[in-house]
Amino acid sequence: MAISVKVMRRPDPGRTSYMRATLKGMSLTFKHLVRLKKVTLEYPEDQPELHPRWRGTHRMEVHADGRPKCVACGLCPTVCPANCIRLVGGEDDQGNRYPIVYEIDEFRCIFCGMCQEVCPVEAIHVGQHFENAEYTRDRFVYDLDRLMEQDHPTTLLWDPSDPRSE
Amino acid sequence: MHEMQQLSTFWFWVAGAAKVIGVFTVVMLAVAYMTLAERRVSGFIQDRLGPNRVGPFGLLQPIADAVKNLIKEETMPGTSSKFYFVLGPMLAIMPAVVTFAVIPIAAPLPTPVGTVDMIVADVPIGILYILALSSLAVYGIVLAGWASNNKYAFLGGLRASAQMISYEVALGLSVIAVLLLAGNVTLTEMVWQQQQMKLWFVFPLSLAFIFFVISALAETNRLPFDMPEAESELITGYHTEYSAMKFSMFFIAEYSHVLTASALMATLFFGGWDIPVWTGDDMFWHEGALIRGFDEAGAPIAATPSVLITLLTLGAFSAKTAFFVLLYIWIRWTLPRFRYDQVMHLGWKVLLPAALGYIVLIAGTMLVLDQLGVPFGLRYGLILTGVSGVTTVAFLFFVDRDRVISGAHGQGSVARIRARAAAAGIRDAHGAQAAPATARSNPASS
Repeated sequence: MAISVKVMRRPDPGRTSYMRATLKGMSLTFKHLVRLKKVTLEYPEDQPELHPRWRGTHRMEVHADGRPKCVACGLCPTVCPANCIRLVGGEDDQGNRYPIVYEIDEFRCIFCGMCQEVCPVEAIHVGQHFENAEYTRDRFVYDLDRLMEQDHPTTLLWDPSDPRSE
Repeated sequence: MHEMQQLSTFWFWVAGAAKVIGVFTVVMLAVAYMTLAERRVSGFIQDRLGPNRVGPFGLLQPIADAVKNLIKEETMPGTSSKFYFVLGPMLAIMPAVVTFAVIPIAAPLPTPVGTVDMIVADVPIGILYILALSSLAVYGIVLAGWASNNKYAFLGGLRASAQMISYEVALGLSVIAVLLLAGNVTLTEMVWQQQQMKLWFVFPLSLAFIFFVISALAETNRLPFDMPEAESELITGYHTEYSAMKFSMFFIAEYSHVLTASALMATLFFGGWDIPVWTGDDMFWHEGALIRGFDEAGAPIAATPSVLITLLTLGAFSAKTAFFVLLYIWIRWTLPRFRYDQVMHLGWKVLLPAALGYIVLIAGTMLVLDQLGVPFGLRYGLILTGVSGVTTVAFLFFVDRDRVISGAHGQGSVARIRARAAAAGIRDAHGAQAAPATARSNPASS
C-alpha cells in the first residue's frame, strides 16, 4: 500500500440515531432541570470556604504594646518578585530597627506569599481574605497602619514535611 | 341561564377595544416573563440558580432589565443606513405582536350586554393572517442586517431570509393537514372541530404536529435553528450593531414569536382552550346562536356560557401555551445548533417532500373515510390516528438513521463510504483493515 488514507471511524449506521440521541439529551437536561441540588453559592449570604493556604491581602502582626513586629530587615522587598513592597527602615535610641515606611501595593502584588516565607520574625503575612473593594485606586496601596489594622486569619505556610496540608 | 345574544355594534367596538388592550398587555407581560423564565430554566438545566436577586424569586428582573435597556446609550454605527437601521426593529416587532389577534384564548364570556368572544379579531381568514404576517417578520431582520453595514449582521440577515423561506413551506404544508381535517381556516372553528371530534388533532395528525414544531422552531429563529444569530459564528448576527432598546425590540419580537407559535401549537393540535373529556365547555356560534353540539336528530343544543367556564378554558389555554414555551426553552438548552447546510437539507430535502406526502396520505384517507360514510367524530379520528401513527413511526425510523444530518461527506450513508473504503483496501484511522460492509457484524456481540 503506497498511500495511507485516514478514514474517520464513524458510528455504524445501524447503531447511530439522532432521534434517540436527542431524546436522551432532552431527558438529561430535564433531570438537571428538576434536580434540587444546585452548585450556585449565593455569595453575600453564603460565604465560600477558603482553603488554609489561600493567599489574600496582607496583614502585619503587632506586639502586645501595639508596635509592628517588623524589624525592617529588608528581606521582603528583596524577595518580592513583583517589587510591590516599599520599606524605609529606622532605628530607635535602644538600637531596635523598625519600619518608618512600610507600604504594599496590592495591585502589583501577585500573592506568591514569599514575603511571609522569608520574614524572620513572622511579621508580614498574606491572609485569607478576598473582599478588597475600594472606591479609589490609591486605597490599594496599604500603608503600615492599614496593614496592622487587618484582622483576617493569616495564611498557613507550606510545610515541606506535609506538602499537601493533610 | 344567561341570555345568549350577539353584541350590538356599539358594544362590539367597546369589547373589541378592551380585548385589544387586554391581550396586548398580557402578551407583553408574558414576553417579559418569558425572558426571565428562559434565564431561570437555563440556570436550572445547568445546575445554577439563574437571576433570583431582584424581587422575590427574581420576579422583578424583567422590570430591572427594561429600565436598564431604556437608559442605556443608543449607538448608531457611522456607516449604517440610518433610516433602515431604525426601521428594522420596528418592522421586527410589529408582526410579532399583531399575530396574536386571531388566536382564541377562551370560551365566549357572557356579559349583560351580550356574549363576548374571547378572541381579539375573529377574522374569516384566520390562520392565513398568521402565516402572512409572521413571514413579514423576516423583513425586520433582513433590513437590520443590511442597514448595519456589518458583514456579520449582513450574513445573519441573509441566513434569516433563506431559513424563513425554506421553513415557511414546511410550516404551511403541516398546517394544510390541519385545514383538511378542520375544513376551515378560522382558529375558532378549528377548536370547535377538535371538540366535535372529541380528539385533539395531535393524534390524527401526529406527523404534521412534529413538522409544525420543527418548522416553528426554525421560523422563530430559536435553537437549534438560530442561524441568523449564531453567536459563535456571527457574533450575534443581525442585531450585532444594535444596543439599548432597539436591541430589546428584537428580543421582544423573538419572544412574541415564540409565544404566538406556542399558542398556535396549542390551538391547532391541542384543542386550543378546550378542556379535555368535559363537553360542557364546547361552544360555537352556529347560525346566530351559541351551541354546544348537535343531538342525534341533528338539532343544535344550546350552550351555557358562564364566567367560570371562560376562566377555566382560559386556564387550559394558558397551561398548554406555557407548556410549549417551556418546551422551546428546554429544546434550546439541550440541542446544539445545526450547520447551515444541514438546516437547508432538513428543510428542503426532508420536511418538504415528507410533508407533501403526508398531506396526500391524509387527504386520501379522509376521502376513503368519507366515501365509506364514516361520520366525523371519534371513530373517524381514531382511524386517522392509526394511519398517522404508522406513518410517524415509519418516518421516524427513516430519519432515525444518520441520513438527515450526516457529516461533511453528505453523500450517502456511512455504510457506503465504508464499503468503498473496504473495496479499495484502505485502512481506517484505527489501523484495522476496514471490513466489507456486508460482512460487518456487531462488535458488541463478537
